[in-house]
Amino acid sequence: MAVPKLEQLSKSVVQGPSMATGAIPTQNWMDIPVVFKAGNYAYPAKKEKVEYLNSQKGLSFPNAREWSPEDDDWKLPENWKEIIIDGLKERLDKFRSLKIFMDCCVRCGACADKCHFFLGTGDPKNMPVLRAELLRSVYRQEYSLASKILGKMAGAREMTVGVLKEWFMYSYQCTECRRCSVFCPYGIDTAEVTMMLRELLHLVGVGINWILEPASNSNRTGNHMGLQPHTFKDNVEFLLDDVENLTGIRPNISFNRKGAEVLFITPSADVFAEPGLYTAMGYMILFEAIGLDYTWSTYASEGGNFGLFTNNETMKKLNAKMYAEAKRLGVKYIIGGECGHMWRVLHQYMDTMNGPADFLEVPVSPVTGTVFENAASTKMVHISEFTADLIKHGKLKLDKSRNSHIKATFHDSCNPARAMGLLDEPRYILDHVVDWVEMPENTIREQTFCCGSGTGLNTDEIMELRMRSGLPRANAVKYVKEKFDVNMLSCVCAIDRATLTSLMNYWNPGMMVCGVSELVGNAIVQEGENRPELEDGLRTML
Amino acid sequence: MKYAFSFLVVIALIMIAWAGSYIPGLSYLFGVVFPYVAFFAFLILFVRKVINWAKSPVPFSIQTTCGQGKSLDFIKHNKLEAPDTTMQVVARMFLEIVLFRSLFRNTHSELHEGPKITYESSKWLWLFAIIFHYSFAVVVIRHMRLFLNPVPFPIEFLEFWDGLWQIGAPTWYMTTVGLPVGAALLFARRIYNPKVRVISLVNDYFPLVLIFFIAVTGILMRFVFRVDIVSVKELTVGLASFHPTIGDGIGPIFYIHVFLVCVLLVYFPMSKLMHMGGVFMSPTRNMKNNSRAVRHINPWNPDIKPHSYAGYEDEFREFMVENGIPVEKPLEAAPAAKEEE
Repeated sequence: MAVPKLEQLSKSVVQGPSMATGAIPTQNWMDIPVVFKAGNYAYPAKKEKVEYLNSQKGLSFPNAREWSPEDDDWKLPENWKEIIIDGLKERLDKFRSLKIFMDCCVRCGACADKCHFFLGTGDPKNMPVLRAELLRSVYRQEYSLASKILGKMAGAREMTVGVLKEWFMYSYQCTECRRCSVFCPYGIDTAEVTMMLRELLHLVGVGINWILEPASNSNRTGNHMGLQPHTFKDNVEFLLDDVENLTGIRPNISFNRKGAEVLFITPSADVFAEPGLYTAMGYMILFEAIGLDYTWSTYASEGGNFGLFTNNETMKKLNAKMYAEAKRLGVKYIIGGECGHMWRVLHQYMDTMNGPADFLEVPVSPVTGTVFENAASTKMVHISEFTADLIKHGKLKLDKSRNSHIKATFHDSCNPARAMGLLDEPRYILDHVVDWVEMPENTIREQTFCCGSGTGLNTDEIMELRMRSGLPRANAVKYVKEKFDVNMLSCVCAIDRATLTSLMNYWNPGMMVCGVSELVGNAIVQEGENRPELEDGLRTML
Repeated sequence: MKYAFSFLVVIALIMIAWAGSYIPGLSYLFGVVFPYVAFFAFLILFVRKVINWAKSPVPFSIQTTCGQGKSLDFIKHNKLEAPDTTMQVVARMFLEIVLFRSLFRNTHSELHEGPKITYESSKWLWLFAIIFHYSFAVVVIRHMRLFLNPVPFPIEFLEFWDGLWQIGAPTWYMTTVGLPVGAALLFARRIYNPKVRVISLVNDYFPLVLIFFIAVTGILMRFVFRVDIVSVKELTVGLASFHPTIGDGIGPIFYIHVFLVCVLLVYFPMSKLMHMGGVFMSPTRNMKNNSRAVRHINPWNPDIKPHSYAGYEDEFREFMVENGIPVEKPLEAAPAAKEEE
């Protein structure tokens, strides 16, 4: 499962017999079975992780077992088919989106070449429309008599183990980035379809470890990384040392402190590994510079939510910690760090699932007095909104030249772009802290391309797949790298910071990846600082 | 195969209506019974489908934002692509439904050596769809003159503009050409574009072929096999007022045309053609992007609590105290009992 060499993959992408380069399949897609082999699937969830999740109140993860996608027998429950068909019916009754999306697709093909998985693999089943047909074909069989009679010709087929395996393959070759839904004349959102597919698969015990292990970690320890409270604190404090070394000022921070004005929650990856660490340092410098009265929490130490990639129950359970902790600590509101899918949950789901947060106050910036009306109900503000407001009011002393070693570009993360509309806040910030350029217009803002490894697919065993699906993004970065000598790919997403790093190392060696807050932190001029010339900004080794 | 099948079915339908029109007594079936059955089947099935959709709630706020959301006052809000108010949603839906906004965005991507991926604006699908849908809509509205006496002014107004070029006698309306040409273009695209060909089903070819032949039989009736328009209007007005009478001079071509329309009416609510209704109800397009400002309610919101803080502290209290993290219960007093999972 070694990743092919760059030259090899570059050739294969363009010359391989793929749908994306003009080859036409000779068989009906329904007649082509999926074949699992090392490298084309993410490892199934470990038995003990599934058992743990299943033991949690409000969650159901049946059929924990050892199994492999490569085996013929997936050890499904005896009545698996009934479970799936009943599960489908239940979800049709619960989600109008599913009904509409099953009924309204006209197969116009507008979405076909909008998917990064399709562009990178050329697999027809990675065209969003066909990915949805994997489910729609079973829906027709169950709910349309005419289609059932006409069968394959009318796109209907029996639910079989083969179909189930196909669902597993392709619902985990979708990062739920929603790019297709931008182009669909009916707004059909493949993310909704693969979410349903993943929910259905969990009903019979089919899930992947890279998602369920972080989800169970997050439930128990408060974060995906499984950092226990003392370790989490150690990690953050380790960064304090670095900040002090670099700037001469040791930020004042606290954990689980009652009575703080603000609770700050960011993806745990930001305190776990490079380059996220530098983003976390950026947050700390920023908050120190404005004297924000805030606290970290070890209990709610995860901004991200792998429940979003699992099922709505798990998403709700994991997310509920945020409000629970905000209430316990008695803070006024919450500020959230940079993360993509985290912000989809916060913007579109949190208030509905776990609100109303009537024990919190409408967020007001303590420095500028700005009332964040757009977060009046959730009481949770995005760090980019918070920072942009500070800059607008001239409350930050910024020295752009401190980032003069950087020529940046900006990657819109899927969820902030298409599930939130957070596009110009980070851009406004970048304008004030760094010299930067945009990537080509069909690859940014609402048309942005996914890093290729979102929704819990950033696992190493599917590296070739990730490099393929990340190609459209990498290709746009390459363009600005060659044209404008860009050396830094900035973003507002913790998963991106990890996955884009692998992607750049592969396609565009030398390209660095950072969070916008890292650039902010490095540009901030603090009173009383003792900062030597830092050639590599916050990354400088002293 | 799939498109050949569609042609065969439509040809068979034509043969049935043609034969039927020659069997004495069946003209009432094709001219009166089928139209009524089809019309009411259409109405009932259409409404039933929409009610069926409406019965399922929209549990989450899942708008797709295609532009800057409402945020700080110095960040320019894109009201059409990330609507914040009902009016803005209406405007967004208007653009979507009337101008096919999302299709207008369409791009065509290509892979080149390097690898290098390029994206070009591609408006063909948008153009074909506009020709087809607008022609269809105008043709349907123009046909309302058959059921209304006197003909209302808006219909005459539409006819005037549709026939502005005054080509031929009787006049060739623009939409007379637009409808079959639009259907043919969309059909050709399905065959020509490999990606679309792979995904196309009978469900996609059949309605195009059916509508194409409805247009063609209509054209033949108007320009070639003329029927007695007075008798036709007598019948159609009769149908509308529930006193249908079948006069002389209505040729087989009329029955064929009407029968195909009847088939379309019945097929419509059971098929993908329901995108006509569904486009109004798509949650990614018709929801406001104000989900942090106003709480959206999920009627089936399950009662699920987080793994409790108390349970968390019980598990890690020792470490927390040792490392100076505040706790609710001091170490020595900590009870062994767990509150929740």
